[in-house]
Amino acid sequence: MFRYLPLVLKNSWRNKRRTVLTIVSIGISMCLLGVMIAMFHAFYLSNPSPEQALRLVTRNRVSFTVFIPLSYRDQIEHVPGVRAVSVANWFGGVYKDDRDPKNNFARFAVEPEKLFRIFGEFRMPEDQQKAFQRDRTACIVGRDLANQFHFQVGDRIHVTGSIFPGDYAFTIRGIFDSPRNSEIMYFNTEYMEQSLPEPRRGNVIMYNVLIDDPSHAARIGKAIDAVFANSTAQTKTETAQAFNVAFLALLGNIKMFLIGISAAVMFTVLLVSANTMAMSARERVREVGILKTLGFTPGSILGMILAEATAISIAGGTIGYLISTLLLRLVMKSPFGGYMPPMPPFQMPVALACVFTAAAIGVMSSLVPAVGASRTAIVDALRSTD
Amino acid sequence: MSIPFAYNLRNLVVRKTTTIMTALGIALTVAVLLAILALVNGLRTTLSISGDPLHVLVLRKGSDSELVSVFLRSQFQDLKFKSGIAMGRDGQPLASLEVVTIMILDGADDASSSNLTVRGLPPAGIEMRRNVHLVGGRWFRQGQREVVVGKSIADRFAAGQIGKKVHFGRGDWEIVGVFDASGGAQGSEVWGDLFQVSSDLQRVDAVSSGLVTATDPAAARALVASLNDDQRLGVKAMLEQEYYDQQTSSAKPIESVGIIVAIIMAIGSSFAAMNTMYAAVARRSREIGTLRVLGFSKGSILSSFLLESALLSALGGMLGCVLALPLNGVATSIGNSTFSETSFAFHVTPQIMLTGVIFAVVLGSVGGLFPARMASRKQILTSLREG
Repeated sequence: MFRYLPLVLKNSWRNKRRTVLTIVSIGISMCLLGVMIAMFHAFYLSNPSPEQALRLVTRNRVSFTVFIPLSYRDQIEHVPGVRAVSVANWFGGVYKDDRDPKNNFARFAVEPEKLFRIFGEFRMPEDQQKAFQRDRTACIVGRDLANQFHFQVGDRIHVTGSIFPGDYAFTIRGIFDSPRNSEIMYFNTEYMEQSLPEPRRGNVIMYNVLIDDPSHAARIGKAIDAVFANSTAQTKTETAQAFNVAFLALLGNIKMFLIGISAAVMFTVLLVSANTMAMSARERVREVGILKTLGFTPGSILGMILAEATAISIAGGTIGYLISTLLLRLVMKSPFGGYMPPMPPFQMPVALACVFTAAAIGVMSSLVPAVGASRTAIVDALRSTD
Repeated sequence: MSIPFAYNLRNLVVRKTTTIMTALGIALTVAVLLAILALVNGLRTTLSISGDPLHVLVLRKGSDSELVSVFLRSQFQDLKFKSGIAMGRDGQPLASLEVVTIMILDGADDASSSNLTVRGLPPAGIEMRRNVHLVGGRWFRQGQREVVVGKSIADRFAAGQIGKKVHFGRGDWEIVGVFDASGGAQGSEVWGDLFQVSSDLQRVDAVSSGLVTATDPAAARALVASLNDDQRLGVKAMLEQEYYDQQTSSAKPIESVGIIVAIIMAIGSSFAAMNTMYAAVARRSREIGTLRVLGFSKGSILSSFLLESALLSALGGMLGCVLALPLNGVATSIGNSTFSETSFAFHVTPQIMLTGVIFAVVLGSVGGLFPARMASRKQILTSLREG
């Protein structure tokens, strides 16, 4: 089979412009498919990072827009396997003008002394961590957020509360680094709690829970929910990864979106490739006749045409995959990036999925012209004048 | 003199396999674009008919949505007697004090469970909503643990039928009726009695919002201005329509992602169109030479091939419309600003289809530009000798 390889490659290069255009066209479409596959893989199939695998999120079973009591914290801490529990209140609020989407970065009220324990992947100098814990009105911002607004340690930020009413003035005491998008601000939940009117205190949106072993996640989650099963505010505990997917799912049916677009892209690639192969087979009817006269069997002719299409679409698929890794970087840098599971630039399963899909499309697209060419009688083929 | 249009048309027909395959590729690109536009358009339509131009919604200052707003019963007493509010059948001002929360409607598994908006409201609240009417069962009775559900809930969930029980607050509630909101977002809500719901949530005095009907649109605007200026009340008032307009922002991420996807696909398709047109030029080398000999200018060859690729892509655009049309009316849902669901249907309008066809023609023409230029620059003698 492989002895025909040079001939296959030569044939695929005989009309350079057509081959280049086809490869580029397939590559551009396949880069979308690459992004979709990578996202699907990250959401539904991949393992979370070691730090994330140790995190659970506990919230009200109904929705994370309904509060659960602050008193739950101690009860969750007593569940076997739980190492630490921290309040994590999505603060919302308005910074400057909320009509500018840039100003709607995530703001969380947390317990400063536990934040860096639970988010083990965050990096911030020791003295800044101390300052964050000491100053009640302190806040810290992620590197991405600091870069965007040119924030520096010592700057003051004013935020007006929406879910938690009041006017808040924060002093930036630190800037942390995170492997994910870090357009996030954290501040001390104590400060918020003290500023609220009495009847509104003691409400929590969710808890971040650090556990001892990722393999215990399901058991610990069930145990936490069981504690509150008979109370008015029942809880739902899930892994941080599942929580992020659920949060993004509010934007719409992500699975359908990914699958729908992937299907459209694949079909488009199939058409593009089929078109090219049909054009090139049509030009070569006579040549096929000559090959047959020389003793090539119909089987080897079939194989050669299939191999040619596959080579072209694999080239397109590889280029598409390479572009998709660049696109993914952009996605991770976008505001959505903070909710996405980590996506390393190179993932074997994703790369293989891309190339295999491309190869399969190549074979399918050339099946009709290849079978046609292998079946044409020598006399008819030689007589063809096209 | 330009080359007759029929020449291009016939060429497309003669090479029908290539034409169809290229056009189908463009059609898929257009269909993706149309699906996204129809989705966003459907949501906009639903939200735009949800707001009554006479309704003024009153929230706590600083709140963006009813869910996070806290509105006091005492504030409502002041609000009710503002001037410009229409009178109801019972001679009382048309003003409704409402409490909004979220419930979970259990499906077969976690993935099919849904968050729904629950609204507790007084009888005036139902009377005020002119787009709402009962289509099955009866309205809830005051002081009873009964609810009525919007039509899109009854249509989508087995657990949302009359006679079933739903759980929120401190117990079960029986579904006694189904109402239709004429396509508005209220059709995705669960309604119950204000007092019963608010006491269940332990929010009897601090509910969510107030809604009043103004006598006319001018009075509605005046009411909004006077409420916002009233320092003592400390509320944020807006037209109900404005409130729903703001909610369309939840479709923004999907819209922008969808458009980016469509543009990338369009780049891919325009390369495919370029391929097809190069092949067309190569195969008709002799014809081009003949046309030149007959006296057609380089310009008319250029425009003829450009026209042909535009025609090819317009065909693709129209096919794309045909592919996207079955989506029209398909119901779907999206998370809203209160993190519960708003149901709506895809809405494919002629305007959207026109956008799709124009989009196709643009991408096709870009793809056809280079092949057409190559065709027009061919030397007469060489092209006659070729092929």
